[in-house]
Amino acid sequence: MIGLRQIKSQLINFFIEVGEISYFTKRFFIEVFKRPFETKEFLRQCYQMGNRSLLLVGITGFIIGLVLTLQTRPTLMEFGAVSWMPSMVSISIVREIGPIITALVCAGRIGSGIGAELGSMRVTEQIDAMEVSGTNPFKYLVATRVLAVTLMLPLLVLFGDAIALFGSYLVENLKGNVSFLLYFNKVFDALEFGDILPATIKSFFFGLAIGIVGCYKGYNCKKGTEGVGKAANTAVVLSSLLLFIIDFIAVFVTDIFYDL
Amino acid sequence: MTTKTQIANRDIVLQIKDLRKSFGDNDVLNGFNMELYQGESLVIMGKSGSGKSVMIKCLVGLLESDSGYIRVMKNDITKLDQEALDILRADIGFLFQGSALYDSMTVRENLEFPLRRHTKKFGEHIDAEALVIEALENVGLVSAIDLMPSELSGGMKRRIALARTLIMKPKIILYDEPTSGLDPITAKEIILLMQDIQRKYGTSSLIITHDVDCARVISDRMILLIDGIDYAMGTFNELAKMDDPKVKAFFKH
Repeated sequence: MIGLRQIKSQLINFFIEVGEISYFTKRFFIEVFKRPFETKEFLRQCYQMGNRSLLLVGITGFIIGLVLTLQTRPTLMEFGAVSWMPSMVSISIVREIGPIITALVCAGRIGSGIGAELGSMRVTEQIDAMEVSGTNPFKYLVATRVLAVTLMLPLLVLFGDAIALFGSYLVENLKGNVSFLLYFNKVFDALEFGDILPATIKSFFFGLAIGIVGCYKGYNCKKGTEGVGKAANTAVVLSSLLLFIIDFIAVFVTDIFYDL
Repeated sequence: MTTKTQIANRDIVLQIKDLRKSFGDNDVLNGFNMELYQGESLVIMGKSGSGKSVMIKCLVGLLESDSGYIRVMKNDITKLDQEALDILRADIGFLFQGSALYDSMTVRENLEFPLRRHTKKFGEHIDAEALVIEALENVGLVSAIDLMPSELSGGMKRRIALARTLIMKPKIILYDEPTSGLDPITAKEIILLMQDIQRKYGTSSLIITHDVDCARVISDRMILLIDGIDYAMGTFNELAKMDDPKVKAFFKH
């Protein structure tokens, strides 16, 4: 009986949280188009989230490209298909690995950062102070951050993809003596508009999910400093889970369009 | 200090009637009543967890009350829409217990921040720099204008928070535990500063505290918040002389 009651209360809490996040998202879409726009804060957030993530995304992308090529090369050689390497690597990176890995890295860096920053502002009453001064903290803090991460993530994905392909080229160049021009000619021959567009669209949704979850957890943080840690942690866990769900839906929808 | 008769002839700027607020099964406020008059310093004293901060947050619309009537300068704040509430908030200053300075902004940016949304109050062409300097001069910290909050001591933070409150030229200032966490000397400086500001701008002050020394120095009138109600009211001396054991407990040293 106790077990059933616990499951019931957890289910109720889950649905309450889903409802609250949906309302939070709706409020974001209302506030983001309302004047006055917080342009300065938005640009500051773009710099913080975009520029300051470049190194991490670059290193991750480079290693992914390197490892993917090193791991795949022996199998392709076995089938005498090593010349397919640029096509295979580029499609897998652009369509799937690049967006999801970059999004996961950003969920860790940006999502936890937003959760901790807003959580700390909440427990030290800074958000309340903004509210009582007659300014709109949701618009200033949430709308700018969510919009910034939504717009920056596709750019970071493109950057990560480019670095990953460069990493892959380096392995091919060292192991197979393939020139830069030949490698990237093959890459661009293999890639189609239908590979890049769905990946870019889903990257926007990845960014939106990271921003909304990070801001929601931080903005509604409770229980002092313990709550700040929890907000940062749950922001990463929940947004990572959401990324996979969005990825699944995106692949499913893209597949329907390919079949048409 | 102003006398009771002088105060009673003034306008009421803030009134609470039968305010109730509970969190789950915990009834924090059980029908609290109070009135704040123009230019008055009213101290609300109560033990930790007695609902003082909840009451002050209901007053500015940070918390929604379960029932009751809150009138601030002739506006029933429970019935105001967000825009009207924001306009009204320009006339209410709020000094938070922990200062609540925006830690990603400099002192100057902290002070300029509330001005951004209240161009109607000051006109479209606000001389923000002059207002910032004036507010900092009032608290004696012009030299800290370009410092970050992390570079300030606890007392300096409280002064800057007070300057941020003053920049909007509020008619009412709400102080939530203005001396908590400060050493006795700094606490005394803050109390003197609060008195100076009230004299200079004629503001009405509502001070939430459990610091008896602060209450003695600054209050025109006091209300003891016990069991979620306005249990006792009077001047500091009147309350200090009461025989009620619950009231006496506050004045034992």
